[in-house]
Amino acid sequence: MSKPILEIKNLNAGVEGKQILKGVNLTVSAGEVHAVMGPNGSGKSTLAAVLAGRDGYDVTGGEVIYNGHDLLDLDPEERAREGLFLAFQYPVEIPGVNSTYFLKAALNEIRKAKGEPELDAMEFLTVVKDKMKLLELNEDLLKRSVNEGFSGGEKKRNEIFQMAVLEPKLAILDETDSGLDIDALKIVSHGVNKLKRPDNAQLVITHYQRLLNYIVPDFVHVLVDGRIVRTGGKELALELENKGYDWILKGEADRTRDLQVAH
Amino acid sequence: MSTATETIEGLVKQEYKYGFYTDVETESAPPGLSEDTIRLISRKKNEPEWLTDWRLKAFRHWQTMTEPTWPKVHHEKINYQDIVYYSAPKKTGEGPKSLDEVDPKLLETYEKLGIPLKERERLAGVAVDAVFDSVSVGTTFKKQLAEKGIIFCSFGEAVQEHPELVKKYLGMVVPYTDNFFAALNSAVFTDGSFCYIPKGVRCPMELSTYFRINAANTGQFERTLIVADEGAHVSYLEGCTAPMRDENQLHAAVVELIALENGQIKYSTVQNWYPGDEHGKGGIYNFVTKRGLCKGRNSKISWTQVETGSAITWKYPSCVLLGENSIGEFYSVAVTNNYQQADTGTKMVHIGKNTRSTIVSKGISAGHGQNSYRGQVKILKSAANARNFSQCDSMLIGAKCGAHTFPYIEVKNTSSSVEHEASTSKIGEDQIFYCNQRGLSTQDAVNMIVNGFCKEVFKELPMEFAVEAQKLLGVSLEGSVG
Repeated sequence: MSKPILEIKNLNAGVEGKQILKGVNLTVSAGEVHAVMGPNGSGKSTLAAVLAGRDGYDVTGGEVIYNGHDLLDLDPEERAREGLFLAFQYPVEIPGVNSTYFLKAALNEIRKAKGEPELDAMEFLTVVKDKMKLLELNEDLLKRSVNEGFSGGEKKRNEIFQMAVLEPKLAILDETDSGLDIDALKIVSHGVNKLKRPDNAQLVITHYQRLLNYIVPDFVHVLVDGRIVRTGGKELALELENKGYDWILKGEADRTRDLQVAH
Repeated sequence: MSTATETIEGLVKQEYKYGFYTDVETESAPPGLSEDTIRLISRKKNEPEWLTDWRLKAFRHWQTMTEPTWPKVHHEKINYQDIVYYSAPKKTGEGPKSLDEVDPKLLETYEKLGIPLKERERLAGVAVDAVFDSVSVGTTFKKQLAEKGIIFCSFGEAVQEHPELVKKYLGMVVPYTDNFFAALNSAVFTDGSFCYIPKGVRCPMELSTYFRINAANTGQFERTLIVADEGAHVSYLEGCTAPMRDENQLHAAVVELIALENGQIKYSTVQNWYPGDEHGKGGIYNFVTKRGLCKGRNSKISWTQVETGSAITWKYPSCVLLGENSIGEFYSVAVTNNYQQADTGTKMVHIGKNTRSTIVSKGISAGHGQNSYRGQVKILKSAANARNFSQCDSMLIGAKCGAHTFPYIEVKNTSSSVEHEASTSKIGEDQIFYCNQRGLSTQDAVNMIVNGFCKEVFKELPMEFAVEAQKLLGVSLEGSVG
């Protein structure tokens, strides 16, 4: 088995004193695609936010080892420079900031961190042109301000496009399928699949199974009330789709009771 | 690639880097203001009697006036008797005939400021008039400009060489009765730049004045007068810096622009006077009157300003649109960080038919900074079919700063249209996080977001200045996010 990129051990975290993650354990190794599924409010987006280092989330216990280092010790930009990428559920608009300029600055920060020379505008454009095709993006998008006036689908495609350019070691896709029509979903998934390599990994967070028709995970984890209650192969996603989360929730309630009895 | 988003890296970490002091021997008047002070200044500058009289009239009028209290700024009362009204690097014999004769220490000062006068002379592109405390120390490219009939020199020189032009236009747009600080300036102004572009001439290069306050307890009162004759075009740049001092210093300038028929003047400022320290100690009081007159038909005056410096900024570059079809524009970025205060905006007075004006104002407040936009759009009965568009956006960084907007609109006819748009936004934590998540530091993220916010204004600046302006913005906002 290849070496783990991400090890989450008994992670407890919350917002404003409210505990949301209650002991998450998850290991992601190079070359793997993991899906985290769960009902609304189960802590999926909190998990993504904590991993990316968003302000306002308090880690109250556990640890996260990324690439052999303590991830939680790093600032958000340091995590990004170390190859952790978050495709946002709601990509942010930055008016007046040219998309090309933004992405070039980001790429150069990552290259600097790796000790690679920065790319100049021409070299950068060459890199970008290739990746644009992958996402079937209009070149015009590069001339516009970051996400400004983009449709929902364009914003999501732009996230994956950024991922393609930045070539992360670990990509976390936070509900990338939400708000996408079926065509856009196919394009985005195709892009994500193309970016899969033996030395990187993807953590796909989603509420629905349909994304997993296109991005086929090696593992599916079901997150309920801040804990991973079930892990399986891709068939688990289908089962969930058929039976609904209630099925797991009920099973979980039974199990909790059993555990309490056992203690 | 757009210049508005060029890199600012490396500069963001700097403090006010122009805060040094040049040790030159100076000749100064004793502090205090009286008719004698004014006569002394006038005599030092060897002025004709009409100008001395004009100054004295201004002074007498000033004595009847009181300092305005309507701007939304607070400061200790200024004691006008404590200020030195004349300070000049000491001359040995005759004044310098060319840059070769200028005191090397002065040339060095400008070099340190990034304005190498001698080099500039060789590099084509920008002609510079350098004003040090109260006097002009040198003007570059004079000869080349003279070949086209363009007059570009210090104000003092213009009084000597072109008295008829000075007499004709001085006070035409900003009479000495205009306001408290304009009256004070009219009484005691010591130098500044003068520029005249003759009929039909398009000035082949950017003209610029670089103002530097050096001496302590000195006020700087310069006067700039630019005239674009019929069909003439000119683009003019102004830059300013001052040493870091614990006392506040007063800068009360007057700028008058006059565009005749089909004449066009583009006036750009990057104002970076010392803003005071992070506790609000020291800094320049920048109380300036700037106004342009579109006198002839189809004339155009465009103001672009980037205000990052000064403890207090009080300034409203305005346009009086007298000529039919004339156009007035105002593009502004004002930044207040720490304890800086800015009350700035514009006045567009539409008198002629079919006159048009555009106002784009971007205010950025950080730290304890207070930023006010104050603007007036006045459309007179005679200005049939006049149009105005105003857009005022404010951005807040942090929770202790403030942004205020005071638009005044007055329309006296029914055929005109006025549009006003305003917005206030807080620099979003989600925007910063988004940038962080892509590998950018918080400071770089703020610079990028702020530069994006100001893009509409920066694109109006001449290339060289646009880059400078972005760098300045980075420096000004240094440390504004924790």
